[in-house]
Amino acid sequence: MAGVTVRGGSVPAHPPAATDLERLADYPFVVVSWIDDAGYPLSVATEFETDPAGGVVRLRAPAGDGLAIPTDQQVNVIGSHIRPKPGEGYDERRYLELWGTVGAPIKGHVTFSPSRVWGWDEAEVPFFEYSERSVPQSRHYLARLSAERGRIIRPRLSPFWLALRTTRLPFLSATVVPVLLGIAIAASHGAFTWWTALLTLIGASLAHLAGNVTNDVFDTRSGADDANVNPTQFSGGSRVVIYDLVTIRQLSVLAAALFAAAAAIGLLLVWVTGSLTLLWIGLAGILIGIVYTAPPIMLVYRGLGEIAIAFAFGPILLLGAYVVQAGRLSWEAAVVSVPMGILVALILYVNEVPDRVGDASVGKRTLPARLAPKTVRQGYLVAALAAFGVIVAGAVGGLLPWPTLIALAAVPLALRVHSGMGLHYNSPYTLMAVMGTNIKLHLAVGGLLLVAYLVTILVAVLG
Amino acid sequence: MGWLPEPVERLLEVALVGELTVVGPNGRPITHPLIPLHDGERIYMHSSTLFSKKLDHIKRNPKVAVALSDPVAMKGNADRATIQGTARIIEDDPHSQWEGLILGLWRRKEPVIDSFLKMRVALPLFFERAVIEITPERCLYWAEGDTSRAPRVSTAPHAESA
Repeated sequence: MAGVTVRGGSVPAHPPAATDLERLADYPFVVVSWIDDAGYPLSVATEFETDPAGGVVRLRAPAGDGLAIPTDQQVNVIGSHIRPKPGEGYDERRYLELWGTVGAPIKGHVTFSPSRVWGWDEAEVPFFEYSERSVPQSRHYLARLSAERGRIIRPRLSPFWLALRTTRLPFLSATVVPVLLGIAIAASHGAFTWWTALLTLIGASLAHLAGNVTNDVFDTRSGADDANVNPTQFSGGSRVVIYDLVTIRQLSVLAAALFAAAAAIGLLLVWVTGSLTLLWIGLAGILIGIVYTAPPIMLVYRGLGEIAIAFAFGPILLLGAYVVQAGRLSWEAAVVSVPMGILVALILYVNEVPDRVGDASVGKRTLPARLAPKTVRQGYLVAALAAFGVIVAGAVGGLLPWPTLIALAAVPLALRVHSGMGLHYNSPYTLMAVMGTNIKLHLAVGGLLLVAYLVTILVAVLG
Repeated sequence: MGWLPEPVERLLEVALVGELTVVGPNGRPITHPLIPLHDGERIYMHSSTLFSKKLDHIKRNPKVAVALSDPVAMKGNADRATIQGTARIIEDDPHSQWEGLILGLWRRKEPVIDSFLKMRVALPLFFERAVIEITPERCLYWAEGDTSRAPRVSTAPHAESA
């Protein structure tokens, strides 16, 4: 495996220490293997005792012809544990593997002197992280197989799943919610055209997907995604280039195509509405999508990522959708866009928590990469409560209709996220449920505000 | 069909983990815990491309051993066995070839695999796999797992005639 940087294993290969033998003592038995006279490996389970201070393991010698453990070669001893869980898979997977030599048998036992050890324990390195650390091994294997077979052999996904993974399609809720809200607020003001509303939704979604793909292009080029060995379904990028599912060139072409399609729809809407305000809003949105990670501006590397996202997924999307329908700006839409922007930025903020080490290593100055965990949690609470505070202030101040206060029903979700961050801050995989709840918070607030505006429209129509 | 002793076939039928030992590049044995599958004649193990060093070792030296040793991984069956054999790597198409060859056997032993396969998008490289097809040559069997007593040794008919 020359040329491969193997980053796997929670216990990388090293000369054994007393702690390794203490670890081994936890296994109920070991399997000892050697190469027999015919050149085959031969493995036998046996009882054992460790002597961590002496640096040796006492093995019960297996009985039978040809089963004497040879004293003139390196033998392998492995302790392995796994708990099968029918219907679920496995857990408590761990193993510890040692190499060394044995002495001549004395009273049915041999003394094993290990000189090298390595292993894995999923309690220390979760399976997903272990897999992620092993990606270079997969790339090397497939490259060599391709060379052997004289054809390119690459990993694959079905077109649907590849498209979903490449564009990070499920995150579209972050766009759909503010766009629908902008349209609903305009409708409550008596302005609604179904086909421009539909075009707005499609154009904004394309721009969002273009931004996602662009982000991956530059995070792949910068090494940010490669440095992150704890990706989750919500964080760490699409990783489609790292996994060799697509090339960086294909990803770049896709980003350009998505931006071009979004721009075409945007220009059509500018032409239909005749609104220069919409043109500036659209240009600002596309610009943020590009310079979020693209050099030389790289907003996220300058500590401006969260603010940029709040602006793009709050005022730009919501006011843009409003302007398409009403042809003008609105204070009411501007006020509603603030909590929506904050809540989307908070999705990013929490999703950055597991990425913080990898991000920091490549100079990505996200807030979680710069702030202490306690400050990050406090920041979350303050921002989430501020989002609700804006809604209350808007309703009390008469800018928002009273039914919008129904959004306060989502406050418990924010408190759950805050509490979950405290419990799972250093565990990317258990933090996933918290990240999911945080996305639900944005959906819930947006959905409740939408209901509030539908009620407002209904009351106006019936009244 | 197969020649392995009936108690060993029973172990292979239930074992969720076995220890595959291969010969490393410097001649040392290296052991990998893997799920063994059995079609009545050959033993099949498989490896993700993520953890593919063992495949390189087998291609260099196809002599392997499979130990069935852990009663917990064999649904309480306390017997033990070691099967020595010759391995062949099947890797023409790591994306889907393994499904046609061994998914049925895997599913029969571990039905939960179907739910993992549905999440292929989450960990795509884990399901890029090569199959390790092992032809048994020699078998050592310890009733009740007692390796302090000599094993019952069986040899493949073709190996005996050779």
